[in-house]
Amino acid sequence: MTASQNSVVEARGLGLTFDTGDGQVHALSNVNLTINKGEFVSFIGPSGCGKTTFLRVIADLEQPTAGTITVNGRSPREAREQRAYGYVFQAAGLFPWRTIERNVALPLEIMGYSKEEIGQRIHRTLELVNLTGFEKKYPWQLSGGMQQRASIARALAFDADLLLMDEPFGALDEIVRDHLNEQLLKLWARTEKTIGFVTHSIPEAVYLSTKIVVMSPRPGRVTDVIESDLPRERPLDIRETPEFLAIAARVRDGLRAGHSYED
Amino acid sequence: MSIFLRNWQSVLALALVVTSFAFLPIVSSGAGGTSWPIVLLLVAGAVGGVALGNTVAVSAVLFIAAHGAVWLLLSALTDHAGRATPSFWLLLAASWLLAWRLVTVLSAIRTRDRRTDILLRLFIPFLFGAWLLILWEAIVGGAGIPFVLLPPPSAVAARFANSLPILAADVNQTIFKAVLFGYGVGCGAGFLAAIVADRFTFMQRGLLPIGNLVSALPIIGIAPIMVMWFGFDWQSKAAVVIIMTFFPMLVNTVTGLAAAGHMERDLMRTYASGYWQTLAKLRLPAAMPFIFNALKINSTLALIGAIVAEFFGTPVVGMGFRISTEVGRMNVDMVWAEIAVAALAGSVFYGVVALAERAVTFWHPSIRGG
Repeated sequence: MTASQNSVVEARGLGLTFDTGDGQVHALSNVNLTINKGEFVSFIGPSGCGKTTFLRVIADLEQPTAGTITVNGRSPREAREQRAYGYVFQAAGLFPWRTIERNVALPLEIMGYSKEEIGQRIHRTLELVNLTGFEKKYPWQLSGGMQQRASIARALAFDADLLLMDEPFGALDEIVRDHLNEQLLKLWARTEKTIGFVTHSIPEAVYLSTKIVVMSPRPGRVTDVIESDLPRERPLDIRETPEFLAIAARVRDGLRAGHSYED
Repeated sequence: MSIFLRNWQSVLALALVVTSFAFLPIVSSGAGGTSWPIVLLLVAGAVGGVALGNTVAVSAVLFIAAHGAVWLLLSALTDHAGRATPSFWLLLAASWLLAWRLVTVLSAIRTRDRRTDILLRLFIPFLFGAWLLILWEAIVGGAGIPFVLLPPPSAVAARFANSLPILAADVNQTIFKAVLFGYGVGCGAGFLAAIVADRFTFMQRGLLPIGNLVSALPIIGIAPIMVMWFGFDWQSKAAVVIIMTFFPMLVNTVTGLAAAGHMERDLMRTYASGYWQTLAKLRLPAAMPFIFNALKINSTLALIGAIVAEFFGTPVVGMGFRISTEVGRMNVDMVWAEIAVAALAGSVFYGVVALAERAVTFWHPSIRGG
């Protein structure tokens, strides 16, 4: 295995089979993928294609049953124990008994940061996601979009270079979603993190990513990897340009190809 | 027509007053003269309650009429217990209807002023409870129910006021020693056992079924054994309370520790959070609603346990001891006074736990209201 210097995630022949009561489910089969430092990689595909499972394998929340995977050149478990990544779930998952600032402080408390350090980081990350002024609010006093932004702040608060996001905006309406996508790109440009992003929206994947991984179900596998040549600076109306539409068409074709054997 | 329907209590009260004329006087051996102020008050209340427009004026008239009339009715019974005529019962029913109308009028008030709102919220149940006592007093006095069967509340209140030192000693013995100690130790031990059961699976598998078995043990059977083990003083009662409160706490805490969601647990895992950190920062806060459930259940169980346990041997002080001995001496007013103390103490105990719950689990949808 030849992992290049700047690869963050390196998967070779990765497979994961769940044993359920109804028999075996092949969630992932022979997945080969490299995520390089500073990339924004989207995983797109219909439900059941294993995109979330792949993200959870990177995060050491699931154990692969075949193949190898390294995160920062180590096993996912070691990477997790070294707090190598921040994970944003489908729902915000904020603790209702903690204020927004205490929620952001949660990982910092667990990782043993000093009091002043925690205070500074709360201030900095809440500013990054435009939530300054909401420090003392409880999660249930905020809208869904604000809660999700707070959960992103929580994942950014500690020094992980890798940010894993599992359909973070799936439950939000389209206007809020556009807004958060725009903010996420700015945030990515400012922090230079590597981002793995699961979605089922083609425009979202094309708009955000430098690399789009198209996946198909039964068994979950990678059918296409599309390198996007869109500029890093992306206003929202880039979505009307021919370059954008060409990439979107290729993603759609890839998704359709993955489905064809079912017809 | 609708004005009569809305004021049907007043209309019916008026009809009852008129009917009562046929059976005057109100007590079979007394002079008839005293009944006229009652009749006048009730008629004024019924008519005023319908005719006046202002809510405050209506409430005032109804309040004065209903309570003035019933006070006169009750004082007419002095020295004439058990001699009430049908007229007495009709007038009593009329007074009660006016009080009913008063509560209806007060309940309908919608105010934006916080202080008035709180005052109303306290006053309405107070009025309701007061009329339960008034009717109890009037029925016991009017029908001449024997004292040993049911003493009137006035006698219970008098006994209460005259026995404050005894009641205080009983409360001290039963509540401040047996109940509080047993409750604290029982709940604390149940909580710790739940943590241990959570940490070590074999404990959970083994302890919980046995816990269910022990919690089904009859307290009547355990209490005498505890008295044999720990002696006559409060320690044996505390032991009964510990046994009664241990398992509700254990079972609720174990359930509560499983209440944290999968996503939140995964989140803690991504932080490489240890067992105790996850327990302190996620699982215990998420378990608090369940733990407070147990604390509330146990606050009632502890009181019952301590009082019943005193039936099986005790020094000559304690609420259970007092109830069992005074029943034997036919001093039922003392028994009722002791019951009132127990009810009061139980309510205060429960109320304190419920207030603490509101403060700790303010974030839970059932409390923040949404």
